[in-house]
Amino acid sequence: MSVRVDPAPFDAGAELNRFAAAQTGAGAVVSFTGVVRDVAGGLLEMQIEHYPGMTEKAIAAMVDTALDRFGLTGALVIHRHGVLGPDDPIMMVATAAPHRKDAFAAAEFLMDYLKSRAPFWKKEVTGDGTGWVASKDEDEEALDRWGGA
Amino acid sequence: MIDVLYFAWVRERIGLPKERVETAAATVADLVAELSAREERYAAAFADLSALKVALDQELSDFDAPLAGVREVAFFPPMTGG
Repeated sequence: MSVRVDPAPFDAGAELNRFAAAQTGAGAVVSFTGVVRDVAGGLLEMQIEHYPGMTEKAIAAMVDTALDRFGLTGALVIHRHGVLGPDDPIMMVATAAPHRKDAFAAAEFLMDYLKSRAPFWKKEVTGDGTGWVASKDEDEEALDRWGGA
Repeated sequence: MIDVLYFAWVRERIGLPKERVETAAATVADLVAELSAREERYAAAFADLSALKVALDQELSDFDAPLAGVREVAFFPPMTGG
C-alpha cells in the first residue's frame, strides 16, 4: 500500500509503471488520474487545502478496506494539495488485482471515498473572485452503493 | 484544554486555523454553543450545523458526541477531494 499527500507534481505514467512493476500475481492493473477542470471558464488556479494527519489516516483506512474487500495485490493513492493550475493532475489512484472486475471496482470505491471522506477542500480562483467548491449530493450518494458511511 | 481546528470557509469566517480552548463542554454541540456565544464570527460560522462536519482526534464524528478524553476537535465543510 502506498499513500502520498504532497504539493509536488507527479508523473502519472512513471508512477503507474513503478506500481505495476511492484505487483505479484496481478492480472489486472487499473489507474485513474483526476485533473483540474475549468468548469465555468476563466479558472486561474485551484487551491487545495487539507487536514494534515487526518488526511493520511483517512486515506490509509480506505485503502486498507479496499485491499481486503477486493482482494487487491496492491493500491496506490497520490493526492496533491496547495496551488494547482487548470489541467494539472490533482490525484491518482492505481489498483491491482488478480482479476479486472476487482481492480476496476476498487478504483471506483477509492475514488468515491476520496471525494467525500478524505479531508480535502477545493477553492477556485477566477478573474471574478474566489469560491469554495461545494460538495455534491451525488458524491455522498455514491457511497451508498458500497453500503458504508 | 482542547485544540480546535478550522478548515476551508470555516477557517476563513472565524479568522484563524487553530486555537486552544479551555472548556468544560460535555459534547461537541455544547462546545459549538460556547464558541458561538463568544463573538459574531463564531456564531456566523456555526449558524448552520447541517453544512458542517466535525472530526474528533482526526476521526469523523457527530455533533452529539461526547468530548471526554478528546484532544483535538476539527470543524469543516463537507469534503471536496478527488
